[in-house]
Amino acid sequence: MVQKNKTFKASWSYDPAPESTDHIQIKKKYDLYIDGKFVKPENGKYFETINPTNDEVIAEVALAEKEDVDKAVRAARNAFKSWSKIEPKERGKYIYRIARLIQERSREFAVIESLDGGKPIRESRDIDIPLAANHFFYYAGWADKLEYAFPNRNPKPLGVAGQIIPWNFPLLMAAWKLAPALATGNTVVLKPAETTPLTALKLAEIIRDSGLPKGVVNIITGAGKTGAEIVNHPDIDKISFTGSTAVGKYIQKAVAGTHKKITLELGGKSANIIFEDAAIDQAVEGIIDAIFFNQGHVCCAGSRLFIQESVADTVIQKLKDRMATLIVGDPLDKNTDIGAINSKRQLKTIENYIKIGLDEGGEIYQTDCKLPKKGNWCAPTLFLNLSQSHTIVQEEIFGPVLAIQTFRTIQEVIEKANNTPYGLAAGVWTQKGAKLFHLSQKLKAGVIWGNTFNKFDATSPFGGYKESGFGREGGLHGLKPYVKFE
Amino acid sequence: MIKDFSKIPTYDTLGVNERVDRFSKRSIKNSSKIEGLKLALSMIDLTTLEGNDTKGKVEQLCYKAMHPHNTLQGLPTVAAICVYPPFVSVAKKALQGSKINVASVATAFPSGQSDLKIKLADTKFAVDQGADEIDMVISRGKFLSGDYQYVYDEIVAVKEACGKAHLKVILETGELETLDNVRKASEIAIQAGADFIKTSTGKIQPAATLPVTYVMLDTIKDHFIKTGKMIGMKPAGGISNSKTAFQYLIMLNEILGEKWMNNKYFRFGASSLANDILMQLVKSETGFYQSANYFSKD
Repeated sequence: MVQKNKTFKASWSYDPAPESTDHIQIKKKYDLYIDGKFVKPENGKYFETINPTNDEVIAEVALAEKEDVDKAVRAARNAFKSWSKIEPKERGKYIYRIARLIQERSREFAVIESLDGGKPIRESRDIDIPLAANHFFYYAGWADKLEYAFPNRNPKPLGVAGQIIPWNFPLLMAAWKLAPALATGNTVVLKPAETTPLTALKLAEIIRDSGLPKGVVNIITGAGKTGAEIVNHPDIDKISFTGSTAVGKYIQKAVAGTHKKITLELGGKSANIIFEDAAIDQAVEGIIDAIFFNQGHVCCAGSRLFIQESVADTVIQKLKDRMATLIVGDPLDKNTDIGAINSKRQLKTIENYIKIGLDEGGEIYQTDCKLPKKGNWCAPTLFLNLSQSHTIVQEEIFGPVLAIQTFRTIQEVIEKANNTPYGLAAGVWTQKGAKLFHLSQKLKAGVIWGNTFNKFDATSPFGGYKESGFGREGGLHGLKPYVKFE
Repeated sequence: MIKDFSKIPTYDTLGVNERVDRFSKRSIKNSSKIEGLKLALSMIDLTTLEGNDTKGKVEQLCYKAMHPHNTLQGLPTVAAICVYPPFVSVAKKALQGSKINVASVATAFPSGQSDLKIKLADTKFAVDQGADEIDMVISRGKFLSGDYQYVYDEIVAVKEACGKAHLKVILETGELETLDNVRKASEIAIQAGADFIKTSTGKIQPAATLPVTYVMLDTIKDHFIKTGKMIGMKPAGGISNSKTAFQYLIMLNEILGEKWMNNKYFRFGASSLANDILMQLVKSETGFYQSANYFSKD
């Protein structure tokens, strides 16, 4: 059933080039960062964070419960009194300092991010960490210019923001949320995901070293229950959540009828559309980037591929050839293209979707790459001959699994692409500018990439339509969810 | 007759740049590295194409081609010597007994601005002198003014004049400017019967670049998928050190794979690359870099 492809077999193997881990320091045990100090959790409970490549425990991390959340929110509320009043340009200085400290320690952050989350070092080194620093730099600049961002509207901070971070881009998502909240004068209680808490805790060290007034940022760790405590806490003014649509729906129900403002950045099933007049080879690269970037653990991953029928065979053949050269393995190796699946739980979800795809009659294609025995791995996977009604076309898989369909006309592909409860992103590949602009008007998605995919920038807003959420992060738009107008 | 160009793939420059950037970030196994250095050495067309070339200069270069280094054992020789037509017989004689080919540029190299009859005479002269390979240039002026048929017919005629000699077609990509043009020119050359397609004369900047070579390899690949026929590739000019050569080999490895990883299908047109390779090989044996003075110029 699984085909193999050997037309253009490569003969050279690459030397393992692992990033060294000697220079990083990970403590055995991490406490909660509350009110400017690392403190033990009230009930003394800890949980383990695991290296997804070998199932080994990296560190123990404190489990925050109701008492700890209370303490963190109290600290944030106290800090808000002075933080919201200090000179805006002073706020900016602190944020700049955090950005520079991240840059200084970027190598350490990149290694820890790959160690804890399984993403290739090439991505954490070149994308996650530099972008995280960029976000702090960018919003630091806004801190004393808010009156120009919202002219004549007198923007004021909301108060205490509860921020819940996903596991796919741990440090980057923390930066996306922290930077605008701090720039606008809010204080924060932030919870990283339970499988990837380490870089957020390292960020806590940086925040402590930056001299940021105590209590302005509090970082507490735990799983869904801790998140629920934050969402339901009566003294929080703003919830910002990035994660699954199911949890997003729960959060929206929970805050209904309260004064809390809310931003949700949820799942997606983004369309990647290849027209016959596209630069085919670059489109193939784009398909690879769109679905295999970060093992497909990307909310805006181009997980539905639409190819115009006249070029479908060519594109699929080229895609298979290209996939044969992808290197799956040790995330710390700089040659690696695809790293480890973040957790056992996620691996199970992905495997289950692959099974559903097969049961529903999809045609599978996987490369014959060697997967390590230990740890969580999934070979890059294509599903061909699908229609809109297949489960794997409709539901978000959040893994390296691409659902491929074909189309004939522009009208048809617009309808198909929009025929989903999600609306986070889309990619369009054509050398015709007019067609590109036409589609960007018609596609219901928050981000539309033209002849590229999965490109991010601090100055550019990001967010979804429909069940992919609401509110924007990044750019000028990213300030608005953290201010009120008087 | 050349085929319709409307279906020829186009290229997105930013996308191609992003892709080739990845080839420069691979790390190669140490054992593969030494094997790779020797492979690169065996792929070199050692070249001298100057107005001041003389019999003496060409003879010295031929000696260097046959004896790249005095003490290193198990070295391959370079693939060919590349000279102007008047020196083909000199090189042929100097290389007697070796397996090194003699390649000659022809067709009013490097500009290609001459009449077809003269170009054919130029080619025939080189072949009669004993050239094993002919490096011709295309008429870039005709190409850019859209007269693709002329370019095609010219290559067909030169190919015929070559007889048994292998034909390498130089596109001079530095004058074609866009990647789409490079693709078109590659298609024309391959359809007209080129055994190899080659980036540059070395007289125009930019000469060989990774993006341009990528597009040409891609054309070769598509041609192979369609017809099963293997065409060779020769980047020339500007590849002066082993590190750069490796980036080309890695790209070759990942796009066309092992069948092309030999000097029958891949060549470097270079003059100073050989010594850099030798320096790396000596370093891998002794652990030290030697001064460039220890490597004979020619």
